[in-house]
Amino acid sequence: MLEIKNLHAAVDGTEILKGLSLEINAGETHAIMGPNGSGKSTLSYVLAGRDGYKVTKGEILYKGQNLLDLSPEERAGEGVFLAFQYPVEIPGVANTIFLKEALNAVRRHRGEEELDAMAVLKVVREKTKELGISEDMLKRAVNVGFSGGEKKRNEVLQMAVLNPSLAILDETDSGLDIDALKIVADGVNALRAPDRATLVITHYQRLLDHIVPDKVHVLAKGRIQRSGGKALALELEKNGYAEFAEAAA
Amino acid sequence: MSQKINPVENFVSGFEAIRATLAGNDLPWLDSLRRSGIGQFEDIGLPGPKVESWKYTRLRPLEDTTFRPVTLADREAYIDQVPTVLPSGLGCPRIVFVNGFMRSDLSCLDNLTEGVTVESLGAAVARDPEWVETHLGRIGSLEGQPLVALNTAMMNSGVVVHVRRGVVVEQPIQMIFIAGLTEEPVACYPRNLIVMEEASQATLVKLHAGLGVSAYLANAVTEVDVGDAAILRHYRVQSENMQATHLGSLHVRIGRDATYDGFGLHIGGRLSRTEVFARLEGEGGHCALNGAYLMKGREHCDNTTVIEHAVPHTTCSEVFKGILDDESRGVFQGRIVVHKDAQGTDGHQLSNVLLLSDKAEMDAKPELEIYADDVKCSHGATTGQLDETALFYLRSRGIPEALARNLLIQSFVAGALDEIKCDAVREAMMSKVVHWLPAKCFLAEEWTEE
Ligand SMILES: Nc1ncnc2c1ncn2[C@@H]1O[C@H](COP(=O)(O)OP(=O)(O)OP(=O)(O)O)[C@@H](O)[C@H]1O
Ligand SMILES: [Mg+2]
Repeated sequence: MLEIKNLHAAVDGTEILKGLSLEINAGETHAIMGPNGSGKSTLSYVLAGRDGYKVTKGEILYKGQNLLDLSPEERAGEGVFLAFQYPVEIPGVANTIFLKEALNAVRRHRGEEELDAMAVLKVVREKTKELGISEDMLKRAVNVGFSGGEKKRNEVLQMAVLNPSLAILDETDSGLDIDALKIVADGVNALRAPDRATLVITHYQRLLDHIVPDKVHVLAKGRIQRSGGKALALELEKNGYAEFAEAAA
Repeated sequence: MSQKINPVENFVSGFEAIRATLAGNDLPWLDSLRRSGIGQFEDIGLPGPKVESWKYTRLRPLEDTTFRPVTLADREAYIDQVPTVLPSGLGCPRIVFVNGFMRSDLSCLDNLTEGVTVESLGAAVARDPEWVETHLGRIGSLEGQPLVALNTAMMNSGVVVHVRRGVVVEQPIQMIFIAGLTEEPVACYPRNLIVMEEASQATLVKLHAGLGVSAYLANAVTEVDVGDAAILRHYRVQSENMQATHLGSLHVRIGRDATYDGFGLHIGGRLSRTEVFARLEGEGGHCALNGAYLMKGREHCDNTTVIEHAVPHTTCSEVFKGILDDESRGVFQGRIVVHKDAQGTDGHQLSNVLLLSDKAEMDAKPELEIYADDVKCSHGATTGQLDETALFYLRSRGIPEALARNLLIQSFVAGALDEIKCDAVREAMMSKVVHWLPAKCFLAEEWTEE
């Protein structure tokens, strides 16, 4: 599903990713862990196509096509979804309008018929209920005045509505209370299917109790330093990243 | 284009040429009002860059184009469909002017509420000259105002609205000025008079629509008297053509416990300046001056407001949002004056501008002039660009870039349109904004309905 080969990426002329390779097959869930500033969010932005994140070397194949050729909106249409580490506030745009525009844009891209406002609302309400999100969050402007946890839930709501094939969750668990963590994990697990994949970026092995990964990778100094099974997360929890700081030096 | 002309001389000789044809020219008081107008104009001349309040706006079109005054023949221009602000399905009354003259065949004033008069200035002067005499030229001062003086000299038509004491008008009344349909450049001088007697209420919607492509000058003056405890909602749309010069001023007197609620949407015009002078003269009065302007090409839009708090316990608020694309220019000058006795004044002003292009320019000049000590006044002015992070966020959800931009612009402008209390007008204005937006793309139909 996703194949990243020797990826080098720079922001403002500073190289952040320095030869990162990673392969995720359909049906799999991978976790990336790593110290602050190691390039995890940078990787997620490169995957989503953010301006200013310049790929200087390497390639990314997604469903066999060159992902880097696509605009952010085309990537979303093709099923890539990034749950932001810091969801963005958009004053004046109501959540419902935002979800409707997004869902219909994605549907148009996929050659599906657009849904009218009522039909969108039905889908959204259903997901809201499943995720235990209060309905008045829908009427409010996107993320404006939302608490940290509400913003993260809103990301998961968008994910559930857009129904992506590759979901990238950048620290979606940070700032969530214990119940919310479970809700978010359920949301992610609900999307697990043989033709989909998930990439979870997290600092806490706790999340991985709920979203059990097929593989865990350690990202440090711009590259994957080590990969392993779920047990690697437990080991990291105990020993920290000291080993990789040295290894990369 | 570059040939030098003497605009003041041209306007004065234009006045001499049409003086005898002007409405009510046989009334001595009106004739002398017009003569003092032309006299003042001749003395002061056109406002130039040396005048502080005209620092950012130069009247170039008046320096290189000769505008002849409109004549009756210009009235007959063919109008396929009358442009409106409100959907015609609502059946709101309307008075329509073409190239400066009222057109009864396009107007529709049958269903006016009792106690309301809506007529052309010419009709009012013919019907009840004494009433007009007691109101015309009483609020808009000629002193140091060459454009008001010019309008006073040339005024021939315009709208007169009179709402009697205690009368509440439910349906919005539309005032529509169509221009741009002449062979050569013309000038028209609408003079409007709105008198809201004590405890009356009305909603007026004014549209300046530039059809066609010819250049013209619209020099409009509106005098508004909001009597004690009266409420006037005064919504304006300026959608002139790309060759138009629109120089308008609004002079408002607000009585005790009265509300003047003004909004101006500016979406077209080569050069436009709208001046609002509002004076709160009775305790408990409230003045709202809000607006939005969306400019592109080389358009220039100037909003200059002066709100005077003359007595204690009055309030005002101003919210202006601007969108400037291409090489357009925006000017916002907002002055709030609090007189010595005006204790307990509450005034807030906000100007926010989005520049969509590197070549667009904004000059904002907020001014608080406070002579009382117990007041609450604030102002804020920002000029920025579209939020790239928000744009990426929308795009990452599949929303195409052009649509994402439009959503952000729309929501920015909505920050001003939300001040409009009348739903039908707010929706109509939002739909004008949507049509203005660059790049055609899919926009939520129900955006305006929610
Ligand atoms: N505009 C920029 N210019 C230069 N360096 C930048 C820029 N943006 C990010 N960086 C740097 O890139 C590095 C990687 O940042 P990134 O956000 O990818 O880290 P992260 O692994 O997600 O960290 P965290 O765990 O704290 O979220 C950091 O050292 C950061 O300071
Ligand atoms: Mg990060």
